[in-house]
Amino acid sequence: MSKQIKEPFLHITKRKEMPARRAWAIRISAIVAALIVCAIVTTLTTGLDPIAVYSAMIDGAVGSSRKVLVLFKELAFLLCISLALTPAFKMKFWNLGGEGQVLIGAWATSVVMIYLGGVLPNGLLILVMLIAAIGAGAVWAMIPAFFKAKWGTNETLFTLMMNYVAIQLVAYFIILWENPKGSGHVGIINQSGREGWLPYIGTNSYLFIIIFVAIITIGMHVYLKYSKHGYEISVVGESQRTANYVGIKVDRVIIRTLLLSGAICGFTGWMMVSGTDHTITTSLAGGRGFLGIMVSWLAQFNSIAMVFAALLLVFLEQGAGEISTSCGLNQSFGDILTGIILFFIIGCEFFINYIVHVRKSSGKEEA
Amino acid sequence: MRNITKVFGDTVANDGVTLDIYRGEILSLLGENGSGKTTLMNMLSGIYFPDGGEILINNEPVMISSPREAFDHGIGMIHQHFKLVDVFTAAENIVLGLEEKGKLDMEQAENKIREICNTYGFDVDPKQKIYNMSVSQKQTVEIVKVLYRGADILILDEPTAVLTPQETDKLFAVLRNMKKDGKTVVIITHKLHEVLAISDRVAVLRKGQFVGEMITAQTNEQEMTNMMVGRAVELNIDRPEPVDPKPRVKVEHLTVKGPDGVMKLDDVSFTANTGEILGIAGISGCGQKELLESIAGLQRVEKGSIQYIHESGESEELLGKDPLRIAEMGVSLSFVPEDRLGMGLVGSMDLTDNMMLRSFRRGKSLFTDRKTPRALAERVVDELEVNTPSVSTQVRKLSGGNVQKVLVGREIASAPTVLLSAYAVRGLDINSSYTIYDLLNQQKEKGVAVIYVGEDLDVLLELCDRILVLCGGKVSGLVEGRKADKRQVGMMMTKLGGGSADE
Repeated sequence: MSKQIKEPFLHITKRKEMPARRAWAIRISAIVAALIVCAIVTTLTTGLDPIAVYSAMIDGAVGSSRKVLVLFKELAFLLCISLALTPAFKMKFWNLGGEGQVLIGAWATSVVMIYLGGVLPNGLLILVMLIAAIGAGAVWAMIPAFFKAKWGTNETLFTLMMNYVAIQLVAYFIILWENPKGSGHVGIINQSGREGWLPYIGTNSYLFIIIFVAIITIGMHVYLKYSKHGYEISVVGESQRTANYVGIKVDRVIIRTLLLSGAICGFTGWMMVSGTDHTITTSLAGGRGFLGIMVSWLAQFNSIAMVFAALLLVFLEQGAGEISTSCGLNQSFGDILTGIILFFIIGCEFFINYIVHVRKSSGKEEA
Repeated sequence: MRNITKVFGDTVANDGVTLDIYRGEILSLLGENGSGKTTLMNMLSGIYFPDGGEILINNEPVMISSPREAFDHGIGMIHQHFKLVDVFTAAENIVLGLEEKGKLDMEQAENKIREICNTYGFDVDPKQKIYNMSVSQKQTVEIVKVLYRGADILILDEPTAVLTPQETDKLFAVLRNMKKDGKTVVIITHKLHEVLAISDRVAVLRKGQFVGEMITAQTNEQEMTNMMVGRAVELNIDRPEPVDPKPRVKVEHLTVKGPDGVMKLDDVSFTANTGEILGIAGISGCGQKELLESIAGLQRVEKGSIQYIHESGESEELLGKDPLRIAEMGVSLSFVPEDRLGMGLVGSMDLTDNMMLRSFRRGKSLFTDRKTPRALAERVVDELEVNTPSVSTQVRKLSGGNVQKVLVGREIASAPTVLLSAYAVRGLDINSSYTIYDLLNQQKEKGVAVIYVGEDLDVLLELCDRILVLCGGKVSGLVEGRKADKRQVGMMMTKLGGGSADE
């Protein structure tokens, strides 16, 4: 019998715990590889010098002190939404409604700003706006949570649909608040008196926001890792039966966690309206409710790691925006490069966790 | 198999194992939990691929990299957890995944199945749907499935764990028929008396290494145990006389319906006493789970009452209260559930965090105290000889016996007055099992009312003071552990009241 023996060409085994230094070496080489691939793609498709494209990218993200500040502002917003979604994700409650929760928070802020601006003293006005925003976001997240806890409805669809409800609601109010009439925009709210505008620190309009988000980052890290609530969230996420078994009230934890998740989203909406934009549009959240999901996952729900994950995404986005203008390429090309880089960064985790054995070419082998 | 090595991360599951399997024999593969029996067999059946060593069939080196290739070499494995499609019939499940040319001819397949059944004495209706089948019938389908594919070497991973004594006898008869037909059977088991009853040869693994083999006829339980554990082990279960038993939990007319309206428990009444182990016997799925979960406050109950009788003689109703309320009443109730990682523990958390499950609420602080549970985890690891790299290891990375020790250790640490345990030794090796029996006995001697749901009748009869037999959700009888007869209890499990013992 001449049975041909063939070892499988590839087989994959799980790796031992890898030393941190080696894991980082793999991650860095993944980025280098990504940059090389991007360079090849750039040269082949556009004929441009890849170095010039890269430097445009870096320039776009951190090229001036103004750009650095914008980068940090964008980072703060994205990070804040990611942090808001994380407790829900840790509980395996797929909150896809970040977009709507942010928007509804922004809406509540605008309502208070428009109708009570000039009525209340400015400090109190900002506080009322804040409470309204947090409350609105919390309610928006609590509705699907309540249905999930009581009747086991599917939270992915429910939270997703709540986004559209929020968008339509805001669209209606935009027409109501139009300024000037017929423009389809709300315009800058309280432009003359700046009622309800978050004050600057010195000349810096974004510093408040950055400080707020820094506090939330640390707070969320402590909450999830060291608090009893955080522990309950982990248990419910891993196994509802175990949670029941030790007497954790699962429905209460679900609702409580989503109240928190929605509240932080609402808070983000407040920061956007009161702190930076001073107006409201239906695209205020700008997809960050979804991008935040990716940040949260990339960081494996670790609040501190989320800072870096969000930074990476914001950096790429800002940089991609710049190359579209300075190199005369459209936005989609920037997205292609972003996609390639993310592919390598996420893909390299596979090589950190697994070893791939390639068939050894021994003399016996026949083709 | 020559010098087989398999490594998972930091764990060496098999370390240079060399094992011979002869044609037409029944070989028992024996070893403690985590000794690498299943891993070894998984490599033979193509689930895993060895990191080192080679496999030879008829002295020809072969490469088995998928279950399909294993079938090509005539090797088939029946796993502990069945892999069947519930809504399909037996025959449909059996032909599933076969790539035969031409149209699927169910009639021909059914005939072939009947033929296999007649040859070996199986009792299977090819047209029956899987969800209508008992556990033992499902297992039969799995075996027929493997035979249908023309396997000459059958590997069975703990086939008797889910069977009653009668069903086990039937299975063994079938295996003997296969042997007569020249088939080779490898059976993985923990139960020594079964090894003696069925196999020709025993191979023993310990900590991933092959330690020896014996001709079954020339060995005994004691020798096998010693070889498996690596030292002499006492093979008797103690049964101290209950000291001053007093009623502790009184269950009356308990009736429970499942989510689909099926009666799970029907008018069940009994009393569990302090300082006593009350065994619950029954075929799996006869209401044992619902019974324990009712007492623990996890089950919706139609009617009945469960009274907890305090030390003072006062009694309080437990029904309608959740576990938190029960604990607040001052009732220290411990529960070792059947589904250890799905209910009792959180697999992805480490030992310390799992210890915290019971205690994390203590204290007014918003933050968790990790020092006390960590100390408890270290104590449990130390006292129960849990084999783990550290208390920061994820529980799901431990082997079955060690997982159970962690769970039992936590549950008895809270100084319970009632200890509920469901299949406490399922999947555990002999050494771990005896550790668990000892722990239960210690609790009993402390005056705890222990309720022990078990499946191994021999153990129930040796360990328990009284045994409540359930059959289809009803009480079939209550027997004295010291006087009861195995066949009698076996009959009561399958038929209300038991009928006559010689039936």
